[in-house]
Parts: sequence; C-alpha cells; structure tokens
Amino acid sequence: MDDLPVIPDFGLSWLDASGPDTDIVLSTRVRLARNLQGYPYVSRASHGEREIVFRTVSRAVDRSSLRREAVYLRMTELSERARQVLLERRLISSEIAGLQGGPDGGVAVALSPIDPVSILINEEDHLRLQCLMGGLRVTEAWNRVDRLDEELGRALSLAYHHEFGYLTSCPTNVGTGLRASALLHLPGLVLTKEISRALQGIAQVGLTFRGLYGEGSDVVGNFFQISNQTTLGQSEEDLVDHLTRIVSTVIEKERQARQVLMRDAGPVTEDKIWRAYGLLRYARSLEYEELMNLLSGVRLGVSLQLLPLPGVDPLNRVMIHSQAAHLDEAAGRVLAPADRRAHRAAYVRKVLAGAGPPTSEAGY
Amino acid sequence: MSESPKECDRQGCPNPAVVHLTQVVNNKSTTQYLCKSCAEAKGITTEPAQEFDVADFLAQLGDQESSPSEPAESCSFCELTFDDFKKTGRLGCPHCFDSFDSNLRRLLSRIHGATQHVGKVYLPPDPATADLDRRLDGLRRSLQHAIEAEDFERAAILRDEIRDHEGTD
Repeated sequence: MDDLPVIPDFGLSWLDASGPDTDIVLSTRVRLARNLQGYPYVSRASHGEREIVFRTVSRAVDRSSLRREAVYLRMTELSERARQVLLERRLISSEIAGLQGGPDGGVAVALSPIDPVSILINEEDHLRLQCLMGGLRVTEAWNRVDRLDEELGRALSLAYHHEFGYLTSCPTNVGTGLRASALLHLPGLVLTKEISRALQGIAQVGLTFRGLYGEGSDVVGNFFQISNQTTLGQSEEDLVDHLTRIVSTVIEKERQARQVLMRDAGPVTEDKIWRAYGLLRYARSLEYEELMNLLSGVRLGVSLQLLPLPGVDPLNRVMIHSQAAHLDEAAGRVLAPADRRAHRAAYVRKVLAGAGPPTSEAGY
Repeated sequence: MSESPKECDRQGCPNPAVVHLTQVVNNKSTTQYLCKSCAEAKGITTEPAQEFDVADFLAQLGDQESSPSEPAESCSFCELTFDDFKKTGRLGCPHCFDSFDSNLRRLLSRIHGATQHVGKVYLPPDPATADLDRRLDGLRRSLQHAIEAEDFERAAILRDEIRDHEGTD
C-alpha cells in the first residue's frame, strides 16, 4: 500500500537551486491543461470513464519520451501520507489528493526521477502537463511541456475548438490552457513596504499573485507566486515572454530594495538575519510557520552573503522535507504534534550543520 | 524597519499609512500616504488582485433580462444544464461550448478580453486541409518568434516540423 519508497526524490530536481536568480526565484512552473475529445470532463465522468481516460493517456505516455522513466502513482493505491507528501511537494493539488473523503478512481500522476515534467491524469482536466524547475526558467519549462504536448497530441484526440483553442473544464483556462508561474522570495520589497505597489503593478499588467500553495493560500515567509491571469487571446510565447519580463523587473526591484535596506537599516537587518539563523541552527522545537518565517530571514542572509552557507539549496530542502507528512514519513509513523516540532528542529539543525563550511562554527 | 510609520494624509485620520500612492500628473509627481481604509475609499486595494470570479459573473448573468438567444437547456452530450454550470463554474464536456455558445462567448470575452485563440494550433490525428493550413500558420508564427528570441534549438525543431507538414500537402 505504501509506495513512498519509489518516489523519494521524484519531482524535486528544482530543490538543487541550479537555475538563474535562484536566490530569489525558488521555482518556475509551466502547466498545460488538455482534455480528450469524446469524454465528459472529470467532474462529470463516471468511474469507468475516468478509468478509460487513464488507460488512454497512459498508453500515449508509454509511447512518448517520458516513457523510459515514467512511474504512475494512482491515488487509490497510495496511502494518505504518500498523497500528502506529493501535495507538500506541490506535485498534485489538494483536489486530487483526496485527503477528505478519499481519492477518486482513475486519478493518477505520472512522474519521472530525472525529468522535471510530470502529468496529472483526471485532475480538473483529463491531462495536466507540468514542468517544475529551479530558478527563473519560464521559456525552458515551456519548451519542455510543449515537446511532451506535441508527442501526446499526436497519439491522442484532444478537445480543441478552431476559435476558442484548447477546451478546458474551467473557462479561465480555455485557449492555450497555459499557466506559467514563478515562486518568488521578496523580503526586501516587504520590509521596505514597496510590496503592495509592486503587486498592484503586477495586477495592472495582467498577472496575478498568490501564496505558496496556489489558489486561496496565504502569503507565508514572504513567498509570492506570480502567474498569468488570462489564457486566451495571446500566444504561448507571448504569455511566457511577458511573465519572464515582469518577473525579471520584480527581481530587479527586489535587489534594489535589499540595497536600500542594507544602506538605511544595515545593522538591524543583519541582526535579524543572524537571529533567524541562530534560532534555526539551535532550536529544539519548531512550528512549520515559524520555520518558514525564519527561513525567509536566512534566505535573505545567504543571498546577501552574510551567512556561512554556500547557497540556498539546503534551505529549499528544509522547506519541503520539514513539512508534516515528510517528517512522519521519515520517522515511519504518525508523530504527535510536539514530537513533530522536535523532529523538525532536529532535521533543520542537521541540514544547517552539514551545509556550512566546517569552520563556520568558530567564533560563534 | 528604517523609519517610524507615517500617518495617513487624509485630514483627521489617525491610522498609520500603509499605501504610498505616487501619481504623475502633467509631469508632476505627488506622493500621498494613506491608511488601508482611506486607500480603499479611493479605490486602491492592498489585497491580492481578485481572480475573475466565474461564479459571480454567472450569477449576474442569470439576473439579466432574457437574452435574445436563449441558450440550450442542457448540453446534448453530457446533459449539463446551464444552471449546473452556474453553480460549479465547471463545464461538463467539450460539447458544452457548442451548446451554450453565446453565453460562453460572452464569459470568455469578460475573462480573457478575447475569444479568438492565437496560440498553438492542434492538429487532430486525421487532419483536414484547413486544419493543416492553420497549423502551418501557427508553426510559422512560432518559428518567427524563436528566431527573434535567438532560440535556435527551438527554431530548428519548428523548421523541421514545417518542412514535414509542407511535405504532406
């Protein structure tokens, strides 16, 4: 029942923080929504119809370039914890994780250990092709999903309208079916109180922002997800270029804000950063939200080269692996809340101790 | 963090300013400092940009006078009624777009500001000539874009694809 051992690293290649501007842009995601012609959308499909969609899609995937490494994880065959792990990795939505009331039949995700592309089957749409990469790499992520879309499009009969483009269950995705988003860490803009102006600007140019976990989620730890709002009337390339341009501007503004912060409030900022690092480095109990806020300070410190950490990749790892289901999974049992806080703090200490240069403790 | 918060510029308002509104009128820039409620009174929001709310729009649609072309009562393929759609904001199947054409057209226009797809052209497994022509146009647009963006790897792939299609003409 518990299939987790087969997915320890799947879908996490972005954690290595290898992309451009990765200290500010944690990850880029591009997804395409597609549906099969001749079947009702998932919300109105019977169990049998969802099963046929799953088989039809997986046959096409098996003939695609994803074939060699693809592993299908069917939600009905995964434990609740395994589904929660996938959700915490932002690979599936809470809608298909089925944490309340159990998952629906035919719902699956095709993942690869080496390819950043994955496919959700029978989510809101029959297919959702997504590519998740570290740093700001919208064009690269788009090229990758586009390639897979081409391959699958040759094998599948997709729902397409000559005027409206690709047809989707929700009218907000019709046309290209493309949603491109970048997850940004913007403490500089928040601390210099420039953030609302920046976000207003984003809204004026047809983009939208959300918290870390997508629609309806709160802004935690100064992380903002910026994405295109409309999907119809512009080409994929234009949507991708536009997001890249605007996000690049936001990055520039964030870097300027950090300079202002260091110029006008250097000692205070530096103190806050070191306090955050100190707490994470030595705390014995941590709530996840507290951790996220401290990570924000430490991330800023690494970016400004104030802390003895070589890069942000350990912070990315901590962010994902210290969530509840990941900790439970590592412990092999469901932890009581107090134990979980202790396990979280121990894990963070271990990662940070391993991440710094060997001499980093000297003098502190 | 660097300075104590300014007070709201609106006379008599004691709240701290959270919005810095800089306006440029006739090349003259003025900055106003406003608290949240005074900013909102001026129509400036500090909340996340609201997603277009399909359900809200649909609810309004139902309240309007009967439109000249009444939509079909239900989709001929999946039997979704327009009322069902209004409740969930989700369509039932690809045929719903034909069944509720005029209402959906209005909705798409409200959400996206357009109804004509100008992106990638899908080529069905058994394409008609018109499909091939549209597809070729789309590929040529993408090729042009790839060349302008100096994405030569993609340009090469697109060029091969165009050649393949031209070969099948």
